[in-house]
Amino acid sequence: MSALVDTPVEVQVLPQIVEEKGGRPLRRKRDRGDHRPPKAIARQQSVSAWVFLAIPIVLFAAFLLIPVVIAFVLSFSDYSIIGELKWLGIDNYVNLIQDPFFWIALRNTAYYTLLYVPLGLVVALSTALLLHRSSRASRIFRTLFYIPVVSSTVATASIWFWLLNPQHGMINVMLGWFGIDGPAWLYDSKWAMIAIVVMSVWAGFGANMIIFLGALQGVSPDLHEAARLDGANAWQDFWNVTRPGIAKTTFLIVMLLLIGAFQVFDQAYLLTKGGPGNSTVTLVYYIYNKGFGALQMGYASAISFVLFLIIMVFSLINARVTNPKGERE
Amino acid sequence: MTTTAPVLQAIKHRPMSKRQRIGRVAWYVAVILISLVTVMPLIWTLSTSLKPAAEILGGYLSLIPQSPTIANYVAVFTESPFARYLLNSFVLAIAGTATNLFFGSLGGYALAKLHFTGRKAVFGVFLGSMMIPGIVTMIPSFIVLRYFPLAGGNDLFGQGGVGFINSYWAIILPGAAGALAVFFMKQFFESLPDEMGEAARIDGAGEFRIFVQIYLPQVAAGLAILGIMTFQAGWNSFLWPLIVLNTPEMLTVQVGLASFIGDHTTNFGPLMAGTIVSSLPVLVIFAFAQRYIVQGVSFTSSK
Repeated sequence: MSALVDTPVEVQVLPQIVEEKGGRPLRRKRDRGDHRPPKAIARQQSVSAWVFLAIPIVLFAAFLLIPVVIAFVLSFSDYSIIGELKWLGIDNYVNLIQDPFFWIALRNTAYYTLLYVPLGLVVALSTALLLHRSSRASRIFRTLFYIPVVSSTVATASIWFWLLNPQHGMINVMLGWFGIDGPAWLYDSKWAMIAIVVMSVWAGFGANMIIFLGALQGVSPDLHEAARLDGANAWQDFWNVTRPGIAKTTFLIVMLLLIGAFQVFDQAYLLTKGGPGNSTVTLVYYIYNKGFGALQMGYASAISFVLFLIIMVFSLINARVTNPKGERE
Repeated sequence: MTTTAPVLQAIKHRPMSKRQRIGRVAWYVAVILISLVTVMPLIWTLSTSLKPAAEILGGYLSLIPQSPTIANYVAVFTESPFARYLLNSFVLAIAGTATNLFFGSLGGYALAKLHFTGRKAVFGVFLGSMMIPGIVTMIPSFIVLRYFPLAGGNDLFGQGGVGFINSYWAIILPGAAGALAVFFMKQFFESLPDEMGEAARIDGAGEFRIFVQIYLPQVAAGLAILGIMTFQAGWNSFLWPLIVLNTPEMLTVQVGLASFIGDHTTNFGPLMAGTIVSSLPVLVIFAFAQRYIVQGVSFTSSK
């Protein structure tokens, strides 16, 4: 269920979990040998373990495993809390294909993802490269860069709602100094999504920057020195030494950015309510509207499964493209 | 390597060349510019929150209010139940932190240090669940809470009432033992030697006592990091509280603040004041526990 409430913290900690899967050798083997605990103690341990895990497992079943099954079943019905439930077979999925709003939401989400993922990656990596040096100044700036991450999406949205105000907002006033007549941002269907992307990058890059900084420290300085002695310039050093050295982290960050991007909701809900002209209706926003606004929970579940599928496909593509196997450790 | 080492040493200690000095200046310019981009909006928010309405829409980009006022803050607390929002957020964030620390370390310990059949399966299912996007379980979780037997006026079959909807439980229950907390603590317990508990175990100490008295004190740093991160996540969460809470006296500070953001006629003074008040707890924690937070984030990439 922790996956339900989409927060930066989860985003920050996920890599550790994923990396663990392939990482640790089976360290238990040794214990199973000579000094294996006597039978009575082993039984006691087994019972305690299940008692310790009981509540997490129950909650996990109630708010994750069972809900996934319910969502799948409901996606074949017209469930709406009120009224009788009717089975529709695959009608929801068929209607989806013919639903123009679904395609609008999908297109908007794809547009957001297409802008947000590369931009988020480049900003996080370049700031990390900039701060990858051990000095007091670097630590201070790390803190300053990270500050936007601390605030909630609501606080961030309010701040940007004010910054992006067409007449009095800081951004258009500053553009005015250079004689640029800034657009109406959130009230302009051409610019609203772009404004939301920029805001999201601003709000989130600090966390990924910290993860990249950790990875950069893991690249052996000897490799950089060897490259420099071989006459590599800064770009060659980055491309041939740093990039392969942090490939695994890059893969994870791209994954996190993708998962976050496909589920974007808060910003669109808070700043534009999907407008203007539906230009910022995202898939999750559409699911929210259908499920909790129109109470078409069956249909909303069907959309959420399509989204699930899309995220899975892109995760697989990312696994192919970023290919973390090239990492030197 | 042995022959190049002294050479490198010599290069390092050479006084800065012109090129290096330019590089240094360029670095400072770049990082200062980026800091302005990250910090300026917050300063402007603070400044706006202290300005009277007329000045907000007139005083172009003046960072220092000409006639500072706390009127916007007063408005926030008198025109909406903001104090109540804050209380709700505190209760929920603290409850979420306490339950996640307790169940996370208990579950993490069991998975890291206790031998039992099925451990791999439990771990695998927890791990696999991390791949499921939250949106998929959103509607069914709502249904589970609404039709929870014997809760909120419901009968044994979950009919008749509203279940846990619009109560603290609707937030606390689904988030009480995040898979994340379990994994996070498992990682910490695994770094401790198995032998630590053996002596106590031979002496006949119960597993819970071994956990509390011997292992738990050793992972205090982990608990601190997880606690801070869980509190922040709980304090900042928005979509789920938006769905399950619906009366003014139940709203969290984030959902309450969200209702301040309106159309063209938004009153920016109170909105900025509300933003400052709602961010204060997490900013204060960040200021004091920054080291832990950065550690928590980097912990992820180092393991």
